Formats: sequence, structure tokens, C-alpha cells
Amino acid sequence: MSAMPRVVLVDDHELFRAGVRAELDGLVDVVADAATVAEAVAAIAEFEPDVVLLDVHMPDGGGLEVIRRLRAGATGTAPVRSRFLALSVSDAAEDVIAVIRAGARGYVTKTISGAELADAVRRVHGGDAVFSPRLAGFVLDAFAGSTAVAPATDRDAELDALTPREREVLQHIARGYMYKEIALRLGISAKTVEAHVSAVLRKLQLSSRHELSRWAAERRMLDDGAGA
Amino acid sequence: MIPPVQATPRRHATAARRDIRRDREHGMVAGVCAGLGNRLGVDPLLLRIVFAATTLASGVGLVAYVLAWILLPADHAEGGSAARGLAQGWGRRGTVEVALGVGFLLLAVLLAFRALGLPFSDVLIWPLVLVAAGGALIWHRSASGEADPIAEALPRVKLSATASAVLRPAAGESRPAVISRIGIGVTLVIAAAIVFLHFSGALAAATDVALAALVVAIAFGVIFAPWIVRLATSLSAERAERIRSQERAEVAAHLHDSVLQTLALVQKRAGDPRAVAALARRQERELRTWLSGAPAVADGERRLAAALEAAAQEIEERHGVAVDVVAVGDAPLDRDGEALIAAAREAMLNAAKFGGGGAVAVYAEAGDARLQVFVRDRGAGFDPASVPADRRGVRESIVGRMERHGGRATINASPGGGTEVELVLERAPS
Repeated sequence: MSAMPRVVLVDDHELFRAGVRAELDGLVDVVADAATVAEAVAAIAEFEPDVVLLDVHMPDGGGLEVIRRLRAGATGTAPVRSRFLALSVSDAAEDVIAVIRAGARGYVTKTISGAELADAVRRVHGGDAVFSPRLAGFVLDAFAGSTAVAPATDRDAELDALTPREREVLQHIARGYMYKEIALRLGISAKTVEAHVSAVLRKLQLSSRHELSRWAAERRMLDDGAGA
Repeated sequence: MIPPVQATPRRHATAARRDIRRDREHGMVAGVCAGLGNRLGVDPLLLRIVFAATTLASGVGLVAYVLAWILLPADHAEGGSAARGLAQGWGRRGTVEVALGVGFLLLAVLLAFRALGLPFSDVLIWPLVLVAAGGALIWHRSASGEADPIAEALPRVKLSATASAVLRPAAGESRPAVISRIGIGVTLVIAAAIVFLHFSGALAAATDVALAALVVAIAFGVIFAPWIVRLATSLSAERAERIRSQERAEVAAHLHDSVLQTLALVQKRAGDPRAVAALARRQERELRTWLSGAPAVADGERRLAAALEAAAQEIEERHGVAVDVVAVGDAPLDRDGEALIAAAREAMLNAAKFGGGGAVAVYAEAGDARLQVFVRDRGAGFDPASVPADRRGVRESIVGRMERHGGRATINASPGGGTEVELVLERAPS
């Protein structure tokens, strides 16, 4: 295992930031925290952390806005190489899907334990995707009735459907299994499980499937409404 | 209103003897003749001829007929008195019926006046009749009073509300129905005006006046258009603001009832972490349900996701263990579906009791072919071969129940990996 991942924590609740810092102490290296979108953008540009723990809901636009500004290069520098892990109390599908489509590598709810959160941070740092059971449920819902039978030749069609194996993996995540346990149960390696989840994440971000677009659009609409 | 029980049959008998009711089923127009015929024991045809003859002779027959129409209750009406019959008649009768009635009544009155020698010309009569009928259409409240149970129950309220509710659709009257009703009424009134002008020879002059009025209206329109538009916008902005403040009040009321209440309880019981956690979980669940906009109690029909959520909440409150439900798809519950829920509840209970205190994960998937529910705990796990006796009892109630309802239950347990109960119910192809 390499050195502890460096993390910037973005949340507008000071109490929550303090709690997460305490929980992650010794597990990851929290280099900075931020309470607003502007602070977050500045801190991420300055520290270039491995992972950004990002609150979805903040008064001035939330995690979505942070990712968008960093993407747009508001800091004047090249786009950061930090990976994003969304952290939220929200269970609304449009929030979850929108932040994933904006580029977050995973989504966990704030009730997650410290050890699990540290594990999720490490996994995102390693390039994997992190799906909570609820996110897995949303994805299965969004891709309902679209199992890819054969390896699709058409790229768009491939993006719009889950393979039976991906579906199986997601179902196990939704049932509360860890990656290692899924690997054991399905008789595949943990790496393969991770590859499946990453493939699903890619589809989630790139697919033009109607449900996904709709969710993202709804979220964007809400943002614009709040910003005006 | 409610007579003594023993008096009821007698009252009924006298009522039946005394009351004359319109027989709408056998009637030609409104059942007046048929009803009278029934009461007097005369062939309705005879009465019809009498009414027709007196109508042709002087118009009196028509007056009498329309009066009888309004005053006599229909055969299925409850009340006996004329006033009650009228009140109920207003509530029951269709709009067109009322409009025709008012028109005919006026026609009859005018014809009667003329027959008595008062100077009325056709120039007045027909326009007035049209105006009366059109006005009745516009002012009458409900086109579907007969089908409206509220109207049935409150005929008097309806009558008094008639004037105030001109443009407001009545309960049970659809918007298109209102528009067409008012449209026809307006057409009738305009037709009346044109007929009057035509007969009085003033139509040509009226055309000039109308043209002048139109020109003036357009001029005013151009002048005041910006002001009118601004007024309309500010009105709609005001309306939006009102809706927003209503929503805010609703949110505030909800927060007072739920969240603030819970926060107060949390402060009181700060010494008991389990109670605090349970309170917080419960409040969280309740608030999520509210935010998602799903009704707390579905109207009659129970659905899979909501039923599982309710069972999870119950177990959570009783055992202080978090139960997280993830549902993909949803389905209404039939009897087998209810059995599935009951079995899932047993499994949650089992997991909460023996799962080592960790969170219980519930996953449900409603596909076209089957319903699946997985209940998983992170307990120490157990060897299926050496199940404790009390646990086997629970197992029977899960497995046995599922099998009785055409489903199956599997228990996957592995040492160190927790226990998972899988419930499957194949859905009958519909």
C-alpha cells in the first residue's frame, strides 16, 4: 500500500467536516477543507489532492458546481487530476445521477462509517468506482429492461445497456455485498468486479439513455433556478 | 326529519298517495303527463292532448306544463313538498333541461299575456325567450348535478350558490363542459340581440355602431396594451409569490410537526444514545418520504416498495437496528405479494435479532416475471446444518409461507459473511 491518499473535504457544515476529519484521522490525509464552492475550487487548485470528498448540497451550487468550475478551468490552470467522491445525505436519484455524470467517481451517503469511507476514498484513489447500495439501485432502475444480449457492435447501444454480468454485480452491491464478497460469490477476481463497476460508471457518465439525461436535466434545472 | 320507526310505514303510504311525481322513465318531455296519469289513473296520452290543445289555444297549457315540471319532484326524488322539489330539481336537472324550461316558461308567459290582449309583438317575444334560455345556461351552475353526490346531498347550498358560481366549474363538471355551456349560452344571447335588431329594423344602424365600437376598441387596445400586459404580468407574479408563500407555510408547518419535535425529544433523551439514534433514524425516514413526495399512506393500494419500507421502519423502531431498503421497480401487491412482504418482514426481524447489531440491507427487485426480495445482515453467520431451534422456527415461517404462496425462499449463510434470505415470487403472466 502506498502513502495515505491526500484528501480535500468540501462541506458547508462545520460540524460534519469536524466529524469526518476525526473519523478519517490516521486513515487518510485530510490536507484541507472548504465550506463554499469558491473555497473548494481554490483549495483543490492549491493542494491538488488525490481525492475530493464533495458535498452534493451546498447553498452556492454544491458539488456539481465545484466539478463544473474546475472542468471549465476557472482557476486558469490545467484541469486538476483530482478524483471526486460525492458525499451526501440526499437520496434523490437526480442528485446522485447528476453528480456522477458530472464526473464524480462514486457516491456514498453521509451515514457511512469512518472505516468504510476511508476504504471508499482509497478505492477512488486507485481509480475504481464506488457505488453505494442505493446508487446501484438507481442504476438498475435507469437501465431497466435493457440487458445487452450480445457484445454490441454499435457504441451507443453498448453504452445504453448493461451486460448480464454488470447487472449481477450491481444487484449484489444493492444487496449490501462488498466487492470481495461479490468476487467470491460470482467466482471471479476482485479486480474483475472492480472492472465491471468501472464499466458501469463509464456507461452512467456517457450514455444518452433517456432516464439518465432526464435526471441530469432536472438537476441542472434546479441549479439554475436556485442560482437565479 | 327522522320519524319514529313505527310511524314510517304509514307515512310512506300517505306520501305515496298524496305525492304526484314526474315519471321521467315513461314521460315524453319531462314526465309530467306520465306522472299525473299515474296519480289520476288516466292515460297520459289524454293529458298530453289536453296540454297540447290548451297550449295551442292560449299558451296556458304550456305555462301549466312548465310550472308542473319545476314544481313536481321527479319520481326518484326524496322530498314531497313543492319547495323541496324545486330545490332538488335545481340540483338534479341538467343544464339544457333548465335552459329549455326557463325559455319555455317565459315563452308561455308572454304568449299568455298576448292572448289576454296585452300588446306584445314578436319582435320582443323571441329575443326575450332566447335571452332567457341563454342566460339560464350561463348562470346555471352545474351540468352534471344529477351525477354529483355532493349536489345530491346539498341541494339547498347548491341553489344559493348558483348566482355566485357562474364561471366556476361545479364539482363534477369538467372545464370543457363549462366552456361549451357558457359558449352556447353566450351564442343564444347574442342571437337574441341580433334577432331583436333585425326585427326592429335597426340591424344596419347597429352594424355601423358595432364598427365604430370596434375601431374605438382597437384604438384603446393599442394605447393601453403595455399597461394591460404589465398588469397581467404583475398579477401572475403576485400569484406565483402567493403560491410560494403557501408552500413555505406548508414546509414550515411540516418541520414544526416533525423535525423540531424530534429535535426536542433528542435533547431530552441525550443520555440514551440508542434512543437518540432511533429517533434520528425515524425522523430521517419520515422526512425522506415527505421530500420524495410519495404519499405516506397510498390510496388503498399497497405497493411493494412502500410496504417493505413500512416493515423496515417497524423493525427499526422495535429493535434499534438500521434497516436500509433499496427497491428497483415497483408493483402492486396481491395476496401472494402480501405473503412475500410478511416473509420479508420475518427475515428483517430475524436479521435485526441475530445479525449482530449491524445494519440490515434489504433489496427488492420487481421485474415483469417475478418479485425478488433479499434481506441481508452482517452477523457472524451460521452453519445451515446447525441452526438454533428458535431460528429454525423463523425459517419455517419464512420458507413455509413462501412455498404456500407459490414462491420460494433460500437462506444463504456463510461463516463470517453474514446471512442472506432470498425470497422469490414468480408473477402470473397477465
